[in-house]
Amino acid sequence: MTTRVGVVTFPGSLDDRDAQRAVRLAGAEPVALWHRDKDLHQVDAVVLPGGFSYGDYLRCGAISRFSPVMETVIEQAKLGMPVLGICNGFQVLCESHLLPGALTRNDSLHFICRDQKLRIENADTAWTRDYSAGQEIVVPLKNGEGRFVADAHVLDELEAEGRVVARYVDVNPNGSYRDIAGITNAAGNVVGLMPHPEHAVEPLTGPTTEGLGFFTSVLKQLVNA
Amino acid sequence: MARVVVDVMLKPEILDPQGQAVQRALPRLGFTGIADVRQGKRFELDVEGPVDDAALARIREAAETFLANTVIEDFTVRVEEAAK
Repeated sequence: MTTRVGVVTFPGSLDDRDAQRAVRLAGAEPVALWHRDKDLHQVDAVVLPGGFSYGDYLRCGAISRFSPVMETVIEQAKLGMPVLGICNGFQVLCESHLLPGALTRNDSLHFICRDQKLRIENADTAWTRDYSAGQEIVVPLKNGEGRFVADAHVLDELEAEGRVVARYVDVNPNGSYRDIAGITNAAGNVVGLMPHPEHAVEPLTGPTTEGLGFFTSVLKQLVNA
Repeated sequence: MARVVVDVMLKPEILDPQGQAVQRALPRLGFTGIADVRQGKRFELDVEGPVDDAALARIREAAETFLANTVIEDFTVRVEEAAK
């Protein structure tokens, strides 16, 4: 049986096709999901891709969070289905309260686009099992509102519970608190990441192929489940 | 039609780089003496029917769940005087 990984397309999503491609290269079957369709079409996991869903109107991710597809994604995520939110997808997960904190305007006010070094801090989530804790990878980063913020109590809790999934190394590109690039929920099935592993899966187009691990990790998790 | 105004502001402890950029630009333009600027959002809701406690409660709910992200923002709700 092929593992089915859904990729949601919202109006304004940009990286849905790249995410589907990454899913396919990892060995799973990508399934296109539509924002207005509550039905997840029997997928085993979901990726919320990057982009500017609903034009980022109101706040990034704020309108997507109330879309029909998200009703089911939120319900299934709470039941343990693996969900990865990349960039705008991370913003949607925070707006959905599946993950704590929020993503705000970069401290520099500039839109940042660069190859970014990250350190995988937690290699025990559904999306990071194929990495080792402390491993450094380089993947593209591109965001205008990527500055992760949360109050000190939430940050301490995330650190204490090992829920910081990835941290920026060498450069903190957007002013994120404690260099946080990605976090997970307590169960480890929901992960939000600001940089873009789906753009680092092939030598032709990516700076590395070190992003592929996110997609192979979830495959392994589902096959072993 | 009655108008209800919802003002949304970043919480004081959240950095507001847009407000800072505005604040830094002001003296360049000759507007001195402004120590700090915070930038927020204002929503004007034109309400059908009476703005009673029930209507205001619904608007507060909308502000809390949708118009503001209470992780990083505070909001206020007030009824604006009807235009003459």
